[in-house]
Amino acid sequence: MSKTSLIIQREYITRIRKKSFIIMSILGPFIFAAYVLIPMYFATLEDKEEKKVVVIDESKLFTEYTPDGSQFVIPETEYLKFQVIEGVELETFRVGFNETGYYAVLFIPSNILASESALLYSTKQVSIDVSNYIKSNLETEIEDLKLATHDISDIDRILAEVETTLNVRSIKWTKDGQTQETNTGVVMGVGYLGGLLIFFFIFFFGSQVMRGVIEEKTSRIIEVIVSSVRPFQLMMGKIIGVGLTGLTQFIIWIVFSFLLITGLQAAFFPELGRTPTEQVVDSDMFGGGGIPGGQLGAGSAGALNEQTGTGPVDGISPEDEGLATADMDMAQEIFASLKSINAGVMIGSFFVFFIFGYLLYAAMFAVIGSAVDNETDTQQLILPVILPLILAIYVMIGAINNPDGALPFWFSMIPFTSPVVMMVRIPFGVPYWQVGLSAALLVMTFIGMTWVAGKVYRTGILMYGKKNSYREIWKWLRYSS
Amino acid sequence: MNLISADSVVKDFTGHRALNHVSMDVPLGSIYGLLGPNGAGKTTLLRIINQITAPDEGTIYFNGRPITGEDRMEIGYLPEERGLYKKMKVGEQALYLAQLKGLSRAEAMQRLKVWFEKFDISEWWGKKVEELSKGMAQKVQFITTVLHHPRLLIFDEPFSGFDPINVNLLKQEILQMKKDGATIIFSTHNMSSVEELCDHITLINRSETLLQGEISGIREKYKSNLYRVTFLGDGEKLSREIDPRFELLKVEENGMGRQATIRIRQEEGSNELIRHLADKVEIKAFHEVIPNMNDIFIQVVNQASDKQ
Repeated sequence: MSKTSLIIQREYITRIRKKSFIIMSILGPFIFAAYVLIPMYFATLEDKEEKKVVVIDESKLFTEYTPDGSQFVIPETEYLKFQVIEGVELETFRVGFNETGYYAVLFIPSNILASESALLYSTKQVSIDVSNYIKSNLETEIEDLKLATHDISDIDRILAEVETTLNVRSIKWTKDGQTQETNTGVVMGVGYLGGLLIFFFIFFFGSQVMRGVIEEKTSRIIEVIVSSVRPFQLMMGKIIGVGLTGLTQFIIWIVFSFLLITGLQAAFFPELGRTPTEQVVDSDMFGGGGIPGGQLGAGSAGALNEQTGTGPVDGISPEDEGLATADMDMAQEIFASLKSINAGVMIGSFFVFFIFGYLLYAAMFAVIGSAVDNETDTQQLILPVILPLILAIYVMIGAINNPDGALPFWFSMIPFTSPVVMMVRIPFGVPYWQVGLSAALLVMTFIGMTWVAGKVYRTGILMYGKKNSYREIWKWLRYSS
Repeated sequence: MNLISADSVVKDFTGHRALNHVSMDVPLGSIYGLLGPNGAGKTTLLRIINQITAPDEGTIYFNGRPITGEDRMEIGYLPEERGLYKKMKVGEQALYLAQLKGLSRAEAMQRLKVWFEKFDISEWWGKKVEELSKGMAQKVQFITTVLHHPRLLIFDEPFSGFDPINVNLLKQEILQMKKDGATIIFSTHNMSSVEELCDHITLINRSETLLQGEISGIREKYKSNLYRVTFLGDGEKLSREIDPRFELLKVEENGMGRQATIRIRQEEGSNELIRHLADKVEIKAFHEVIPNMNDIFIQVVNQASDKQ
């Protein structure tokens, strides 16, 4: 076995066997699944809680009088109930409201048509969904009332005819003249996830390389090893060994996460009636950006849809407003969308940028490790290396809204940020020449960086007690022999 | 024939020159001592021989031709700063290091078993290095150095940190290896081990070679016509009455009785001294003082610094 292979093998096996690896392998998917499922759970949880809203309708416009008592015109949902109360002052509710068991008090002033405002009182913060629901339904009622005053005959029939629910679907034209359904949310989510994963991977495993180098320095075994192999072989062996560990970890996670989410969803959320993938993708779509409102919107949109059968135009946070209507349409769109993202290019480029991005940064981490005597000294040296990655994350967030903009374009070309930024752009469709050019640049930079790193590493591993600074590292670079 | 030679090696680090045209020839099958004060350049030279660092000028020859990367397989190196992967198990680590030196896994296993038994550390096979005491770790490291039966062994300060028992063990091993045909270079401050083991030495200080050659030759060279007489009689009287031809350096009383150290000038023979002394005292023992390496070391180094 060649020496480099021996080193790779040792680096890989020592790390795979560590307790921390096994724990992370198991924990990782749980954390990921939790990230996906817990918001889902909370979204549905919120809605299951019954909310009773007291209605004080001074205007008397929205109350129907039936033999059973006064009824509020706005229909109740499974979780939202209205109770019309008459002859009670608003003020009386203010004291000891919590004990009443009511969620809120809806106060409709007598001059509502003129003032165009109603009030929701509560001791808690009224949820957006509830207030939007009330708002939109009241608006409809008031519009009806206003229409009625214009005395148009047949107004109901006309309104029914006029009512429209529009479905705007995105369709992408592909090279071969086909059409493909797309759903922006899904695309965003996938790209975002890809970029984040690469960032995490590079950072986490890059620093493992660094720590390995430092360990060899402090335990002094470096001298023995280097009398048997060339420093460059040791460096590459370590980088590749750690990289393989990361890849293994990553694959374990993907498999576990998928199984876990499928399993848990079937166990706890079967009533949501969707296939696991749809659930995942759905939550991912809204939750990918970590936007809390979005996640809430997803769950409640689903719940409200099923209960009221109304369109989800209201009652959802702004991000979701432009999207599909009924559940089935949404599911179909998502799947179509996923297919539209050219899976081959996607996965292929993911791995290329993933791997070479890691290799590029791992070489830099190896250099830092060789320049210090202990881990605390690394802090000041790490910052310049990490900066491009952090920058890339910020650009990535911007790229989501404007994937072909100038900033995302350039950052997806520059080798230090391209692994992250290009990943975000790809789901939106990037011309092959751009992907190819970016990848080529990345590979070339990686080769150059490794060459440089090898030189610095070779000197650094035997140096102790030197000031750790980039100036020192530059000196070593010129010790070429 | 020299197994390994350094030819006019120069090594500079920022601000100072560590080796200034240092040459060294190590004959095949010899035990070679590399001596010098701290900071002299010994470790640098050894690292260059091991191809850990490269010289700025000069060449290393192995077996008559310039040394190559492949020759690493024939060399075993025990550095001054000892170290092993702390978290790795002993046996596994020994196997790894042996394989890096070119041994097959099976071969390495076999030989390790033998060595571990020899050193009586078989029970430590499955322990992590950090669980071992320092002495044991050193034993393990020694084994990994010699396991692949290298033709050339290089030890940098091998005796430092070993207790007397292990020092002895090490000395025995070195002698055995010489018998088995290996060539050994070691650097040390331990002069008595130099006298016990070495055939040749090089003494360097401040990047320069001060002294080089076979030990017996060097000791001969540094003879200064000193003789020691163990006697019965009056030491005071002797010092007063001794002939000016002979320089009485000191008289001391020790476990052997009274001893006088006398220097004679080149022209006089030792027999003359014996005859002269026989009149004055009762001679119990008489022998030439051949300088030990410790004294030579100090003398040579001090001379050189005085010059500078």
